[in-house]
Amino acid sequence: MSVLEIKNLHATVETPEGTKQILKGVDLTIRGGETHAIMGPNGSGKSTLAYALAGHPKYEITEGSVTLDGEDVLEMSVDERARAGLFLAMQYPVEVPGVTVSNFLRTAKTAIDGEAPSLRTWVKDVKGAMDDLRMDPAFAERNVNEGFSGGEKKRHEILQMQLIKPSMAILDETDSGLDVDALRIVSDGVNRAKENTDVGIMLITHYTRILRYVKPDFVHVFVNGRIAEQGGPELAEQLESEGYDRFLAAAN
Amino acid sequence: MTSSDVYDETSIATVEDPASADVAGNAAGAAPVAAQGTLGREAAGSGPELEDEALALPDQGGQGSSHAAASRADRLRSFERGDHSTPSSKIEEWRFTPLRRFAPLFEDVAGEAAVEVTVSRPEGAAAESTLGAGEAPRGTVLVPEDLPTAIASARTEQALHLVAPKNTELAEPFRVQSVGQGAELRGHGHVVLETQESSAATFVLNHTGSAQYVQNVEMVVGDNSQMTVITLQDWDDDALHIATHHARVGRDAKLKHIAVSLGGSAVRVNTIGEFSAPGGEIEDLGLYFSDENQFLEHRLFVDHAAPNCTSNVAYKGALQGQKARSVWVGDVLIRKAAEGTNTYELNRNLVLTEGARADSVPNLEIETGEIEGAGHAAATGRFDDEQLFYLRARGIPEQEARRLVVRGFFAELIQQIDVPEIREHLFASIETELARSMN
Ligand SMILES: Nc1ncnc2c1ncn2[C@@H]1O[C@H](COP(=O)(O)OP(=O)(O)O)[C@@H](O)[C@H]1O
Ligand SMILES: [Mg+2]
Repeated sequence: MSVLEIKNLHATVETPEGTKQILKGVDLTIRGGETHAIMGPNGSGKSTLAYALAGHPKYEITEGSVTLDGEDVLEMSVDERARAGLFLAMQYPVEVPGVTVSNFLRTAKTAIDGEAPSLRTWVKDVKGAMDDLRMDPAFAERNVNEGFSGGEKKRHEILQMQLIKPSMAILDETDSGLDVDALRIVSDGVNRAKENTDVGIMLITHYTRILRYVKPDFVHVFVNGRIAEQGGPELAEQLESEGYDRFLAAAN
Repeated sequence: MTSSDVYDETSIATVEDPASADVAGNAAGAAPVAAQGTLGREAAGSGPELEDEALALPDQGGQGSSHAAASRADRLRSFERGDHSTPSSKIEEWRFTPLRRFAPLFEDVAGEAAVEVTVSRPEGAAAESTLGAGEAPRGTVLVPEDLPTAIASARTEQALHLVAPKNTELAEPFRVQSVGQGAELRGHGHVVLETQESSAATFVLNHTGSAQYVQNVEMVVGDNSQMTVITLQDWDDDALHIATHHARVGRDAKLKHIAVSLGGSAVRVNTIGEFSAPGGEIEDLGLYFSDENQFLEHRLFVDHAAPNCTSNVAYKGALQGQKARSVWVGDVLIRKAAEGTNTYELNRNLVLTEGARADSVPNLEIETGEIEGAGHAAATGRFDDEQLFYLRARGIPEQEARRLVVRGFFAELIQQIDVPEIREHLFASIETELARSMN
């Protein structure tokens, strides 16, 4: 079973106005099979946490540690982290012109596994996963994220998670901007991954709605660059009725 | 369709690394667009200044910048070397070109044995022959528009003449292999390619080694014939090459012209295609990959002088490394007589690293309102850190991520090259180019 351990994580970003401290001491441990919801207002640093874990070059870690199964994640390059089992479903997936989804998926799978997947099972797996996510087969021949609708981009992220089978998945606002049908499809995808693998999930969200479909084991309230409070699913219900005001007031 | 239904503007997109710009438009009355981006550190000072859009419509005349005020049709053509001025950056068609680098090619000196040429003819081709100056069809199509072309024309005593005879379809290509014998050697060449009535042939011109080479390629595309020309600039790093390709396309004839520039220190290929009769088609495809300190320029001119002809221009380039430069200028002229014209031109550039710069200037001049369609698109994008991050976040190592994107960028164009071994060669060359910069 995998364990992701984040201790006292601090991160900064360079802005035109100077260096800005965004993460201010994040402590969080996620074990394989667990689902942790990270909920917080816009601008609190949730995406920064996700990017910092994945190794985005814009964010500098100034303090703290991150380990995956005891290995120092912060020492790894972006692609090494992915190969170590970390997966980030991005809030704003990037367009890659000239690269088809099918080519991209196969290249990623090969890189992660260290060998090319057997052609026959791979074609079947991709088709099956796309069916599950109600994605048209023609999708495979389109360029990655080019001209995708918001919902298509998110489904494509979950498709990758389903095929890559990470041990630790960070889902950054995968629910935002989806209509109810799309939300259900995407949530089903996440739940399937939970059933079929022992993946640990960091479910970053601004809204409580997705928690009706993907049940969290733990809920963390993220405010001003750190976790302000944590609890079980009941904390989400409290947030749903009260909003973030109480935490914001406490943080300021 | 009237002229208001097409968009017709001259625009320029100049991009230095971190910037990205798009110039695009579609039929159906799109407003003129001029996109420019020069956010790079060295944006100011180096290279030509940006030009504002310049419209050239029959009823509006040539307003806009002084550069584009003169019609492309007005350019002087003459075999007399004395009629052409020495290239200078004040002259529109040379303003992007590093003249000091090309200077040896502007000197009117006798050529040396700078390039060794080997020709192989396919079965069914006409017997080997050459053409002296003034010996038709030599000189009937290509009349020099600039000094180096005039020098090469005057200084080449015998031009190679490759002919596909009337009513023959040649399955295998003609191959002209030119091997440069040394970067210090100056040479000239002139070759006349001819497909006679209702014939079909492919001509592959391959350039390797190193030389200072000025070359004229004259293409006589007979009525109802099909000509494919593939010119590969695969020179060593220190070669200089100026080439002028000039085609006349007959009635119902088709020319597919493909220029691939990967090697050389500085290469400039000027491709001119004109229609002499209705029903013709020109497809100009191009691919280039500019490395550190490399200058690659492609100029195109499609002259729609006859009605009901179609032209399609598509060039794609990638750039990487400090001072990697590319220039693409695409002129299309639709003359008064050219009713029913259909034309589109596209140029895309992919800037892979900082310090590289791509200039892209599409230029559409329309003298008749009765056309089918006309459009252009030019865009320069940067291979950015976000793309790289996205691919790497899926476990794909950096070098492979770049390769994936660049291969994808060129694939669509390479698929249109009908000679399989050249397709494979190009994919391999792109890998080599990429590997070069990664180490
Ligand atoms: N690359 C960046 N450059 C400048 N500011 C940034 C950058 N990334 C994040 N920030 C700032 O850091 C704060 C947190 O942003 P983010 O992590 O995106 O929050 P969230 O995902 O919770 O909405 C915001 O104030 C945001 O403006
Ligand atoms: Mg966010």
